[in-house]
Amino acid sequence: MMAILRMLGILAALSILFVLPSRAQDSLPPAPFAYTQLSDPEQEAKAQALMETLRCLKCQSQSIADSDAPMAGDMRHQVRTRIAAGEDPEAIRAWLVDRYGDYVSYAPVVSETTWPLFVIPLLIVLLAGIVLWRRMRARG
Amino acid sequence: MKRWTLWVPLALFALFCAFAGWQLSRPKDEFVESTMIGKALPEFDLRAATADRPALATRDFLDGKPRLLNVFASWCVPCAAEAPQLEALRRRGVDIVAVAIRDRPDDVAAFLARYGNPYSRIGADDLSEVQLEIGSSGVPETFVIDGKGIIRYQHIGDIRPGDVSMLLTKLEDVR
Amino acid sequence: MIAELGLAALWLAAALAALQLVAGILAQRDSGASLAMLARPAAIMQGLLAAFAFLMLLVVFAQTDLSVKLVAMNSHSEKPLIFKLAGAFGNHEGSMLLWITIMALSGALIAALERRLPEKTMLATMAAQAFVGLGFYAFLLFSSNPFERLPQPAPEGMGLNPLLQDIGLVFHPPTLYVGYVGLSVAFSFAVGALLTRQVTPDFARAMRPWVLGAWIFLTLGITAGSYWAYYELGWGGWWFWDPVENASLMPWLAATALLHSASVLAARDALRAWTIMLGVIAFSMSMVGTFLVRSGILTSVHAFAVDPERGTFILVLLTIYIGGALLLFGLRAGTVSEGERFSVASREAALVFNNVMLSAILGVVLLGTLYPLVTEAFNVRVSVGPPYFNPVGALFVFPMILVMMVGPLLRWRRDTISRLAKPLALVAAAMAVGLLLIAVLSPVGILPLLGLVLSLGLAIASLMPLRGRKLRLLPIATWGMIMAHFGIAVALFGMASESAFSQEKLAAVKVGESASVGPWTVVLADVVPTAGPNWTALEGRLLVSYKGGTAKEIDPQSRNFWAPPQETTESALVTRWNGQLYAVVGREAGPGRWQLRLWWKPFVPFIWYGGVLVALGGVLALIGRVAADLKRRNVKSRSALRRTEKAA
Repeated sequence: MMAILRMLGILAALSILFVLPSRAQDSLPPAPFAYTQLSDPEQEAKAQALMETLRCLKCQSQSIADSDAPMAGDMRHQVRTRIAAGEDPEAIRAWLVDRYGDYVSYAPVVSETTWPLFVIPLLIVLLAGIVLWRRMRARG
Repeated sequence: MKRWTLWVPLALFALFCAFAGWQLSRPKDEFVESTMIGKALPEFDLRAATADRPALATRDFLDGKPRLLNVFASWCVPCAAEAPQLEALRRRGVDIVAVAIRDRPDDVAAFLARYGNPYSRIGADDLSEVQLEIGSSGVPETFVIDGKGIIRYQHIGDIRPGDVSMLLTKLEDVR
Repeated sequence: MIAELGLAALWLAAALAALQLVAGILAQRDSGASLAMLARPAAIMQGLLAAFAFLMLLVVFAQTDLSVKLVAMNSHSEKPLIFKLAGAFGNHEGSMLLWITIMALSGALIAALERRLPEKTMLATMAAQAFVGLGFYAFLLFSSNPFERLPQPAPEGMGLNPLLQDIGLVFHPPTLYVGYVGLSVAFSFAVGALLTRQVTPDFARAMRPWVLGAWIFLTLGITAGSYWAYYELGWGGWWFWDPVENASLMPWLAATALLHSASVLAARDALRAWTIMLGVIAFSMSMVGTFLVRSGILTSVHAFAVDPERGTFILVLLTIYIGGALLLFGLRAGTVSEGERFSVASREAALVFNNVMLSAILGVVLLGTLYPLVTEAFNVRVSVGPPYFNPVGALFVFPMILVMMVGPLLRWRRDTISRLAKPLALVAAAMAVGLLLIAVLSPVGILPLLGLVLSLGLAIASLMPLRGRKLRLLPIATWGMIMAHFGIAVALFGMASESAFSQEKLAAVKVGESASVGPWTVVLADVVPTAGPNWTALEGRLLVSYKGGTAKEIDPQSRNFWAPPQETTESALVTRWNGQLYAVVGREAGPGRWQLRLWWKPFVPFIWYGGVLVALGGVLALIGRVAADLKRRNVKSRSALRRTEKAA
């Protein structure tokens, strides 16, 4: 019944009753590269960096790099085998985004749906600057 | 400090409340939809998931006949719940093929013996490769595929009795 | 019977809150009103009754009284007693009762202890506290009654999520709740001060210990929660930017800003409106967080049993309290002048800068948390996670840390940077050397690099206020500040080091084989079945040695709970002064092979040591403030006594 844990993902800031979807667990062993690192450390580092920015679709708020969900394992297998085959990490991300939309990627990308995420902090910087400047000048 | 700035927090908060209220009033789903609708099925060639049904490959979808592609697993509880609806669809003449996710042949056979076997072909997807290729994020899911192998519709979760006629219409639409 | 007693106590407490509210309001018209005399006793009684109700809930959980719905839904007779008790607040209704209990108890404490403010302001404050409390009593009694009975007792309880069956559940939620709800006192003080137009240094001094108290608990709660997630989830992550984590971080950010602006108000009578605003915001963030988590409008792994009715109820409460307070702020804050002036190079200016940065971080966290919700409205789903929060947060954190190095060295009101040339040059030199060393020895990413260097600078700079002072004469509160700032440096060092130097090893090994990660060699000596009160487990016996030293045995487990059925991984840790080895045993990976997940995380415990230091700094500051207050009070009463003696 590991699936339940996997769906939950994190537990951190509050203690709570979790809602558990009733789902059983498959009995196949994990995919070959779900829990096995690539032998080339450079490739493994690339794969790890990519996996940390891909969302686990079965769990919430977790990347596939830290989930026990079988599907996350299968996604890690995909990432590692594709990296090992020489594919570019961003191409693998694009391949997944083609299938699941932007939701699958945590990597911040400025697009027509995400620009406020970047513009608003800039506005906050600007606002903070103005507030500080006016205060200091007035009080100087 | 200018007078009007004192009202900014209240204005922002009002915005938040209006938005939260609106969010509360509408039904929410947590489904991750596939963005492969309208695109062709990717190339795959799976081995047979069980002894008494043939294997599944992309070429099996190119015969001009629309069909349902059911993504299921013997270890998934809602998959058992949707079995009667799949059976009803089969009796209405729908061709249903399936991909079994991370499953053993024995488990698949036992599952079909218990809940019925509405499938004409079942492919075994041990690494969720086909599942990832078509943008499916769980089991069960059911895709409508037209006669040219183009994905036309995705149904997420188990098929409820009310969904049967909807799926029939979708199949009719892509004929 | 016990459940009914608890329920009755709750109703009585609610009635007393109503009395307290009415008394407070009437006293505003006519301070001599006889009802006004009742406000303090009512607040104290209310606190006691709420605590009694909570005690009754603990009793029904201890007895596993399965005729009580909440027990049947969330407990199980075979659970260890400690988790039966902790399970009382591991669910929505129980945690709301804990919430209201803490709120009533803090109301009782201010009623019993706070004597500094004018009585009218105090009564308005208590009325505000009662008004907020009433809403939560209503919520509890009408839509989340923890004492509800089942028509038929259940044969057995449904159990508590195994992930929660950990000592973490005993400490983390109550600590965090004391922090969240303790901020309601700051909220009530702010409202009381606005209502009676008493935004004075005395108001800041009165409010400060309460904010400090709540902030200490909030700091400890977040630190404990982070460590709990770290060892329980089995992947070595300690912060995920999950909405619920953000919900705990936002009140902390606001409370931290509030503490600093309150010291400006207390010491220099400046930043009046801003301090009031933060007092309102801090508790508002607690409530907004609660709303986001419990209404189900945000997807979080911490999903409570989601219920739109509850969501609506909390939203109405939010609208009334936060909306009301902000409305009052808009109406009254214009009449509050900003107070004394100060120059660019002054303690005040540094604190203002720190406040602006903390608010900006709060804004970014709020934005990132809510943004997926906004795009969902347009049927677009996006993910905002660590790759967004880390760099954007750092954009504000790093400048703030630079100013933190200078701020405590500056004098109030007017100072010159050139006076500080020597100590600052020392800090800058240390940072430059650190930067070079890291760049030469092992190249790391830009954020961890900056984090390491800044933590070094801050660690040194935070000790600078000790320079040239007689340590014995240094006020306790100053020691507190130094310790808290040093703690931030320590925590930042841990975070940066974890991110820069962690090493991971995944291996499938047979019994007798070994794997290595960083300086560690790990031998899988054996895998044995074992059992606990409500679980069975496979336990890996690992012999670990650091750089070929003597081997030490650690036993990570993969546990199977049966009520509810679920598998959890229990990691095993070896802590050294320079880091932690983190080991997990996973599933069988083929015949006779076991999945091992190993991490070597240099200096990772510094994250939590830092958190504890920050909280301890808060404790010292609190002791210092309260001691100073008592001294002042004694001097005052003695001089009053002398005066009366003279008059006689």
